[in-house]
Parts: sequence; C-alpha cells; structure tokens
Amino acid sequence: MAKLKLPKGSPSIDMTPMVDLAFLLVTFFMLAADFRTDEVVKVEIPSSIGKDDIPQKTLVMVTVDTKGRVFFTCSGEEVRKKVLMQMAAKYKVPFSEENITTFSRMEGGFGCSMSELPKYLSLEAEERKNLPNATIPVDTTRNNELADWINFANREMLDYGKAKFEEENAKQGKGGIPLKPEDFKPKFVLKADMEAEYVKVKTVIEVFRNLKLNNLNFVTSQEAQQL
Amino acid sequence: MAEIAESGGGDEKGKKHGKKGSARIDMTPMVDLGFLLLTFFVLTSTFAKPKVMSLTYPAKEDVQPKDPPKVKNGMTFLISDDKVFYYKGQFYPAGSPDGPPTQLIETNFGPDGIRKILKENNTFVLNKITELKGKLDKKQISDSIYKKELIEAKGDKQALKVLVKTDMKAKTRNFIDVIDELYIAQIGVIAPVDITKSEQALLDEKLKQ
Repeated sequence: MAKLKLPKGSPSIDMTPMVDLAFLLVTFFMLAADFRTDEVVKVEIPSSIGKDDIPQKTLVMVTVDTKGRVFFTCSGEEVRKKVLMQMAAKYKVPFSEENITTFSRMEGGFGCSMSELPKYLSLEAEERKNLPNATIPVDTTRNNELADWINFANREMLDYGKAKFEEENAKQGKGGIPLKPEDFKPKFVLKADMEAEYVKVKTVIEVFRNLKLNNLNFVTSQEAQQL
Repeated sequence: MAEIAESGGGDEKGKKHGKKGSARIDMTPMVDLGFLLLTFFVLTSTFAKPKVMSLTYPAKEDVQPKDPPKVKNGMTFLISDDKVFYYKGQFYPAGSPDGPPTQLIETNFGPDGIRKILKENNTFVLNKITELKGKLDKKQISDSIYKKELIEAKGDKQALKVLVKTDMKAKTRNFIDVIDELYIAQIGVIAPVDITKSEQALLDEKLKQ
C-alpha cells in the first residue's frame, strides 16, 4: 500500500485569493449601498408595489411610530435652520447658537414640543432616542405644532426648490434635458409604522389636508409586482 | 547606506538571496483588514431602498356638501383590525325606502380576497389596459398616447371607483394593504374618506358575529 505523504510542520496557505475576495466584496458594498441615516426612531414600514424613490432634495417627512408618536424632519441643513428660526419666532422660544447648529444637522428627525425643544437639543443623540414620550403635539384644535412645522417647511422648501431649480437649469445650459419644475416642489412623505393605529396616522393626514396639501406619499418597501 | 550597499554591492551572499524566487508576504493581516472593512460596510449600508406610494386625498372643501356624492359604479371597503369588509354601490341603512339594506361582505387581504373581487369588478379598465398594451406592443400607438388613454380609461364612467373607510381599530398596515391592492387592480379613483355612523354601527354588528 502506498504511503500518504503528510506534510511536515504547519501548512502555509496562500492567502492572496482570499484578500482578493475580501476586497472585491468591500468594493461591491461600497459602491452598491447607501449609508443608513441615523434615524430617531425605528419604524417597520409596510410593503407595496409603489416604485417611486423617496425624493431626497425636497422632502418634508412626518414619521409615526408604533406607539403613535410623531416625528418631523425635512431635507437640507439651510431649510431646517430657517424653519427652526420661524418656529422660534412664532412660539417665542429662545435658542442658543449651539442648539440651532444641532438642529440643522439633525437629519433623522426629532420629536418634541416647542417648549421642550431647547432642552431636547442639548441632549446627546443617544439620549434623544431613549425618551419614551418624545412626540410633536398634534392636537387638532388648538395646540397643533406639527401644522406649523409643516407649514413653515413647505414655504421654505418652495423657495429653496425654486432657487435650486434655477441654479441647476443654469448649470445645465441649453443642451441638456429640460428639468421638470415639479421635481423641485416640496414632497410630503409619511412614514408610518405597520403596527401603528391608523387613527393616529389619520390625525397627521388631517393636518396635511387642513393645510391644503392633499398629495401624500407613504413610505413602503418594495414588493414584487403581480402581473 | 548599508542597505543599498548590500543590495547593489558585490556581496556574494546577498546576491544569491535576492535571486531566490519572489518573497512570500504573509497576507493574513490583509485578509483581516479586508474582512473588517467588509463587515463595516455590510452593517452600515442599506440595500432595500424604501420606495413611496403616492396617494392624493380629496381636497377639503370649506363648505361641506350636504349629501355625499352619489357614486354609481362604486365600491366601499371598511377596514377594522386585520379585517376587511366591502359593499357595492350606495349605502342604504336598514328600513331605507331607496333600496334593500346594505349587507357587508367579509373578505381578506390575500390574493383570493380583495384582489379577486377588484379584478372581477374592474373588468372594464383591465380589458382596456390589455387592449392598449397589445397596441403598444405592435407599435400602433406611442407611449404618450398609451399613458393618456390609460388615465382616461381609469377615469371613465364604467371604471370602478373605490371608497376606503377605516374604523378606530384599524392598523396602518391594513390601510396600506388595501390601497396597494387598489393600485394593483388599476383603480383610478381612490377616496379615503371618513366612516359614517350607520356604517360604523353595521360594522360593529358584523364584528361581533
């Protein structure tokens, strides 16, 4: 019987293909995926056949979580800053420079009443996520801060969109594909948790409708379209 | 200096060493680094990009109309907690002189529930779409005409119009599911409206059974 030749000592493996593989995957992930934005609350979204992308440039978003808490955000640092200034003027709440900077950098949204907002902004990002009662007051009768947030954001976003449209149009010159002005209008997005009570979502919808903003976009994950 | 002398100089021993095949580099730390980066990117990235489903609500009029508009070719869905009911046409409460009292029919969110019902009732639009698609494939009509005709077909008198009403116990998921099915069935007119008192009473009765 032939004797098997056993290598002596520890076998050395050529790691080069493994390095290749690892970096190939790294490259793939870097190019194919977007970074996750730091969201203030975790929301499980329902699925639908909707295939439009979330508008990134001119977004005004209200989030409703499982417990019915309401959060607000809009795109653009400048826009957020201006909206906060207007809210501060209306509700006569003073903000420090630091607070304003924090707010303008908060992309994931916030949930807090105006009177509590300066305190809320001075908290650490992680602490903000752990507040159990953080919500924007949505009272249909008198204390409707959400309506003001949406209203101011809408106005600011219109101005911002107009400026952006003109800027991009000028940049493109005459040769390019004509840009659609609709793409630069504010888009209202509602991100509601699957398990949230619809009544809570409905109060938010009513806020939009009272402001004569009738076209809403529900955030959904994509499912395969049935043919 | 010593190193340069060693590699380029006439040292017999050093020269011999340099010629002896390519140097083996230990790749293990590089693999570690590669996989570390890989893990980081896998964890911080999102793949399933969320999409949006657009829905236009009827504009709120300052003066509420006295009577709800009469919809001829309509269907109403009533949504409660994970349950969905429907009725066709107008709503008649019990003892109404206009017609027999409305009966709610229970259905489900699955493909043999709402989807089937909508398909059966929206044949006009669905047939029209098949016809238009056939024409489009044969290049008889252009893409823009196809889109225009599609919108026209959806808004036609014979097309099914759907009202969606929810009660206090409905979950967002239920509502989105129904709207989704309406989009699949190519319903042109979708109106999420408030539930009326008599409908709520009928729904409560049905839920108790």
